[in-house]
Amino acid sequence: MLHIYCPHCGEYREEDEFHYKGQAHIARPLDPEACSDQEWGEYLYFRDNPRGDHREVWFHATGCRKFFNVVRNTLTYEIRESYLIGTQPKGDAPLGAADS
Amino acid sequence: MQRYSALGLVTQAVRHNENWQRVWRNPTPKKHYDIIVVGGGGHGLATAYYLAKLHGVTNVAVVEKGYLGGGNTGRNTTIVRSNYLWDEAAHLYEHAMKLWEGLSQDLNYNVMFSQRGVLNLGHTLQDMRDIQRRVNANRLNGIDSEVLDTKQVQELVPIMDCSANSRYPILGASWQPRAGVARHDAVAWGYARAADALGVDLLQQTEVVDMIIEEGAVKGVRTERYGDLYADRVGCVVAGNSGVLAKMAGFKLPLESHPLQALVSQPIKPVLDTVVMSNHVHGYVSQSDKGDLVIGAGIDSYNGYGQRGSFPTIEHTLQAIIELFPIFSRVRMNRQWGGIVDTCPDACPIISKTPVRNLFFNCGWGTGGFKATTGSGHVFAASLAKGEMHPLAEPFSMFRFHSGALVDEHGAAGVAH
Amino acid sequence: MSQPNRLNSGGRIDRDRPISFKWRGKTLTGFEGDTLASALLANGVSTVARSFKYSRPRGIVAAGAEEPNAIMQLGATQATQIPNVRATQQALYEGLVAAPTSGWPSLRFDLMGLVGKIAGSAMPPGFYYKTFMYPKTFWMTYEKFIRRAAGFGRAPKKPDPDQYDKVNQHCDVLVVGGGPAGLMAAFTAASSGARVILADEQEEMGGQLLSSHETIDGQIGANWVKAVLERLASMNDVILLPRATVNGYHDHNFLTIHERLTDHINVQSGSVRQRLHRVRAKWVILATGAHERPLVFGNNDLPGCMLCSAVSTYINRYAVVPGQRLVVMTSNDSGYQAAIDWHQAGREVVAVVDTREGVQGDLVNAARARGITIFQGSGIIDVKGRRHVQSVEIAKIDAERHRVVGGSQQLLCDTVASSGGWSPVVHLSCHTGRRPEWSQDALGFVPAPTKEPMVAAGAVTGCTSTADAMKQGRDAALKIVEALSLMSADVAIPETESREQSPGMAVFHIPHTKPTSRAPKQFVDFQNDVTAAAIEISCSEGFESIEHVKRYTALGFGTDQGKLGNINGLAIAAAAQQKSIPEVGTTMFRPNYTPVSFGAMAGRDCGALFDPIRYTAMHAWHARQGAMFEDVGQWKRPWYFPKGRESMADAVNRECVATRESVGILDASTLGKIDIQGPGAREFLGRVYTNAWAKLAPGRCRYGLMCGEDGMVFDDGVTSCLGEQHFLMTTTTGGAARVLEWLEFYHQTEWPDLELYMTSVTDQWATMTISGPNSRQLLAKITDIDLSADSFRYMDWKPGVVAGVPARIFRISFTGELSFEVNVQANYGLHVWEALFEAGAEFNLTPYGTETMHVLRAEKGFIIAGQDTDGSITPYDLGMDWAVSPNKPFSFIGKRGMARADCVRADRKQWVGIKTKDPSIVLPEGAQGVFDPNAPIPMPMVGHITSSYWSANLGRSIAQGFVKGGLSKLGEAVYYPLADGSVVEAEICSPVFIDPEGERQHV
Repeated sequence: MLHIYCPHCGEYREEDEFHYKGQAHIARPLDPEACSDQEWGEYLYFRDNPRGDHREVWFHATGCRKFFNVVRNTLTYEIRESYLIGTQPKGDAPLGAADS
Repeated sequence: MQRYSALGLVTQAVRHNENWQRVWRNPTPKKHYDIIVVGGGGHGLATAYYLAKLHGVTNVAVVEKGYLGGGNTGRNTTIVRSNYLWDEAAHLYEHAMKLWEGLSQDLNYNVMFSQRGVLNLGHTLQDMRDIQRRVNANRLNGIDSEVLDTKQVQELVPIMDCSANSRYPILGASWQPRAGVARHDAVAWGYARAADALGVDLLQQTEVVDMIIEEGAVKGVRTERYGDLYADRVGCVVAGNSGVLAKMAGFKLPLESHPLQALVSQPIKPVLDTVVMSNHVHGYVSQSDKGDLVIGAGIDSYNGYGQRGSFPTIEHTLQAIIELFPIFSRVRMNRQWGGIVDTCPDACPIISKTPVRNLFFNCGWGTGGFKATTGSGHVFAASLAKGEMHPLAEPFSMFRFHSGALVDEHGAAGVAH
Repeated sequence: MSQPNRLNSGGRIDRDRPISFKWRGKTLTGFEGDTLASALLANGVSTVARSFKYSRPRGIVAAGAEEPNAIMQLGATQATQIPNVRATQQALYEGLVAAPTSGWPSLRFDLMGLVGKIAGSAMPPGFYYKTFMYPKTFWMTYEKFIRRAAGFGRAPKKPDPDQYDKVNQHCDVLVVGGGPAGLMAAFTAASSGARVILADEQEEMGGQLLSSHETIDGQIGANWVKAVLERLASMNDVILLPRATVNGYHDHNFLTIHERLTDHINVQSGSVRQRLHRVRAKWVILATGAHERPLVFGNNDLPGCMLCSAVSTYINRYAVVPGQRLVVMTSNDSGYQAAIDWHQAGREVVAVVDTREGVQGDLVNAARARGITIFQGSGIIDVKGRRHVQSVEIAKIDAERHRVVGGSQQLLCDTVASSGGWSPVVHLSCHTGRRPEWSQDALGFVPAPTKEPMVAAGAVTGCTSTADAMKQGRDAALKIVEALSLMSADVAIPETESREQSPGMAVFHIPHTKPTSRAPKQFVDFQNDVTAAAIEISCSEGFESIEHVKRYTALGFGTDQGKLGNINGLAIAAAAQQKSIPEVGTTMFRPNYTPVSFGAMAGRDCGALFDPIRYTAMHAWHARQGAMFEDVGQWKRPWYFPKGRESMADAVNRECVATRESVGILDASTLGKIDIQGPGAREFLGRVYTNAWAKLAPGRCRYGLMCGEDGMVFDDGVTSCLGEQHFLMTTTTGGAARVLEWLEFYHQTEWPDLELYMTSVTDQWATMTISGPNSRQLLAKITDIDLSADSFRYMDWKPGVVAGVPARIFRISFTGELSFEVNVQANYGLHVWEALFEAGAEFNLTPYGTETMHVLRAEKGFIIAGQDTDGSITPYDLGMDWAVSPNKPFSFIGKRGMARADCVRADRKQWVGIKTKDPSIVLPEGAQGVFDPNAPIPMPMVGHITSSYWSANLGRSIAQGFVKGGLSKLGEAVYYPLADGSVVEAEICSPVFIDPEGERQHV
């Protein structure tokens, strides 16, 4: 069971308080109408899915009900950091596929 | 290929079991193959077998980074059924089911396909509507399927709590008598042995580290162990690593890889003769021939390649199992494990051409891959042999996620395990 | 005489407290402090099981978790049966009832044993893959017999009467294992102020110290253990958990401890039997010790063959000598201890057979001093005996070249103890995906270095002396104390006996004069009958990866998970492939370390607590009326209200008619309610709903559809404008939580610039929908609000007082009738509900449930999201174009999705009404439609029935569902082939069956 630091609460809490919401930093296109079907499909469904460091969104569902981002290694499950929505992770560790 | 039979066992026994032949070679790879199949799991090995057997393409290599059948093939709960809702999925899985029905004889390897029937339980009125919908669709698609009421369910599984006062009483079930379980390792080994006998090179401990792509077309794969291996066409069947290989080839897939956990009890005397699945209380169980209760857990929510998930998932699963089978409370859990499932947004696979010419992918089976092993290999082999997708594979193009023509199996079929 | 193998003195048993127990129906006696295994051995019980494949007699081999054979059925009643209990880990208690789990018709005369003898050699590894294939249909018959032969114990026949607890724990240090290393670690950490949990799987802490005569600080080890435990118990922040096995080591230092509270005593059932500790530990000290490995030799499975350490444990801890004449075979010094202990107990040691040459350690010399015969450079190549060891055949061996190099001789004996060295108990260190590393010094796998906050100490690291184990335990604790910035306590290492040892030998498989394939069976994994020959065959057939070997032979798949056999199997597989052990690698260990009851894993969250049950404020009233309930999400909703012995159909028909003719009432409290406030609220609604919200005035309500970004409908409901910047959104009952999370996601991650606040208020309000032509007159009796058509229009809402309490009334309708939805504070709900019934008597106010609600809305053509939609349906598919405003300035969620190529096909399945040609036939929901009922299977299907009812108001059946291109096929025929073989013909029509003009609700 993951132990996740909620940057809003300032505490580590158990995984079952959180909901996982998938890859982070996927912005909704500002002008959806300008997207082709292909572009819209990629926004909807296509993900990096890296084996390694992954930036992802978590929701503190039974806590503060805030969303935040986490950098987590999908192979070791090690969590490098938690950071606020709208910001970038501090760590300068290589971010694998999430960066490309 | 040494033919297996009861008589053979006796003959070998007399000779102290010293004359058993190798089931597959450890071949030295050729520089060029007609087709390279990346991934030596059940689907990849089936693909290679059908390429050689049905399409006469024997200059084939299966490239496996670990050992044959070591991924999800050897980690699943072995359920085989074809009672899917949508035509596209139903036809594909039923195609697989028909191949299962003669597989042991075809391979001369007993895969222990046990058609003991699968129950999908309904616990709410909406569950029952969905069951009716799926069963009716199955019947018109030629798939054996029935709706059972609570009493009939109780008769099939006397030890299950079918009383009205459980938290979510069982209101009925769908029942597919031809469904069942098979011995997972035997499927991989049986296909491997038969493919090897037809000339397919099985290259184990050979990890693909890159794709060789020139002018938008795949030319082969780069491996750590044997360097570059060239091929006219490459088919990737690498559940749990599809995204990683796609990245090597320079494109993304609409996939997320998640941990999926399972567990077994200690072996006990037979108490459960069918497969019982409940989507609503989130548990499914069958009893293996060895006596273990084989139990599948829910999928863990996060992306994970660790072949392990989180403990609460196991706790919830056993709560569901005890909810259905209160007499299992004192039975003890022996071992848990995890696989990596590549899940598609519509809970259906991708069997598809890709943006790279001559590179084909077969992936995204989510939690439902084992049951499709036969059919998946069969249609993928046909597609690789001809360079054009088999009609049963066509609806499962990766490009459906652009047009929106999804085949949403979790929306309505509910149980996509 | 009872207990023929019991010594008159010594051991940690209490001779003043005899315990009687039942074994195979016979009453035997043991003592307090015994395990079931030690009591059976004391009573001279030799065969405790029959093996799985060959049905060979088997006896007790070990004294702990590694025991492969003594797998018992326990329990005195049908409800309290426990299958597959390891006798070596089961404390003896008064009244214990145990039986073997194998052997037919009995352990002594096992018919399958005969089969095993005759056909055994025709059952090489994987034989079942090679036969039972023909004729094709016969596998199911073969399988029946195979299944019957398999399995050990049996499940209880009745539900478990006991309870299981869970507790969450947090600590600085979790010490796993209460042997010398673990005790020192726990004591050092606790003395330094750390919060410590010490868990040990045995009945008593102390580990190996309880089984030996070794002294610590000049006293017997057990005294030191007692003193340390007393001091630990007196400290704050120390939790001592004996009978508590750490079974799983999960990510981020989350561990599970399985504590057994009543399994060692005879208690009334119904108590808390076991407790699962869910521990988040800052640090873990792994002091799990090591398991002794047996050597692999001919007929090494005969009852009487044991581990050296088990022999010592039974003698020293339980005062049981399991035989008269002992032969020891060992590859290391520790094996000599068994000979010394046996000799000390006054029984005959026939010989120690050492695979090494020229050994000189202290223990070796002590054995020599006792006059014990030692054969060096030799091995036991075969064991003779029918049901128990009668003699052994020993010979000079060349272990390196794996062959017998001299003539053999027989030694008469009844017990064989073997030691092939020690396998560190690395299991937990592997659970988070790390493979252990081979240590040539320890001749075993040791935990791999880790980034996790975990330190290993004691025998698990491969160390073999008590002194080293204690030092490692202390140092591990000090390292952690420093990392936690605590003050490290000055803890001295106690004085222990120092021992000279000669190095052990890397030997696993003792050669025979014949090749392995022809030698007597040499067992590697007892429980699964895996022999050395089987492993060699498996490798020669091409199953070379250790995972293949394991899966093909079943090595390590038993309930002991290969604790005894895995390393030997690995070594044999490596030798067969001319590889080293590290080259072959090891298989992974996964939770659980030892088996855990399902009940303990599930805890209290079963039965009524499986999932929370949510009740509305009026639930008690419904129950009193005899309502039948439907599970919707976690809610119990009234389904229908039968009167007397009325059938469901009669009740629903009555409720439907009463509502349309006079007035009915529905408890609608379960609908999700979200209060939305803030300057950005209105704009936000416009983005998440498909229709327009810019102009909705305070006091007005509007229906809205929600879609995902894919354009597919996923929820719907009415949202009311409470103020310029204040809205109350309703959602479906089942969708409430999901919708709120979805709204919050968009607000927080996409549009944080919109200032708004959302709160779930579902539980704060009780909601009752009064529907029917008399609803206005009824409500007017108990409210001050002007309900007249002019001042209170359709889709208005007003605050006011109802039955003396503040209320909000919404004039919205899900039935098509004049309707008012009364919302009051939840705790007033029952009061208002009862007041309505008091006032409603004159109108025959009729309570109705979800079924009538479904019928009435279907008559009116309203959808139910989740029943009429399935995640693949756009608003246009539903014919609900009126609920989509494509011209809104902001591209609302779903707009782009529903414009994708596949979503605008003309032949999409569209939601329409379906009228059966025979009005008395009610189609089953889920029936699949076809245009050509005579088409061959597989028949092209055109859409399914989503809603279907008998409409008492219309006197006919009605249905809705999807039909390919249905909206342009009104009036055409569609057919429904049903499971019973009948085909129902129907006509495609408008989904609105009653009052299409809406006259009934606009009054």
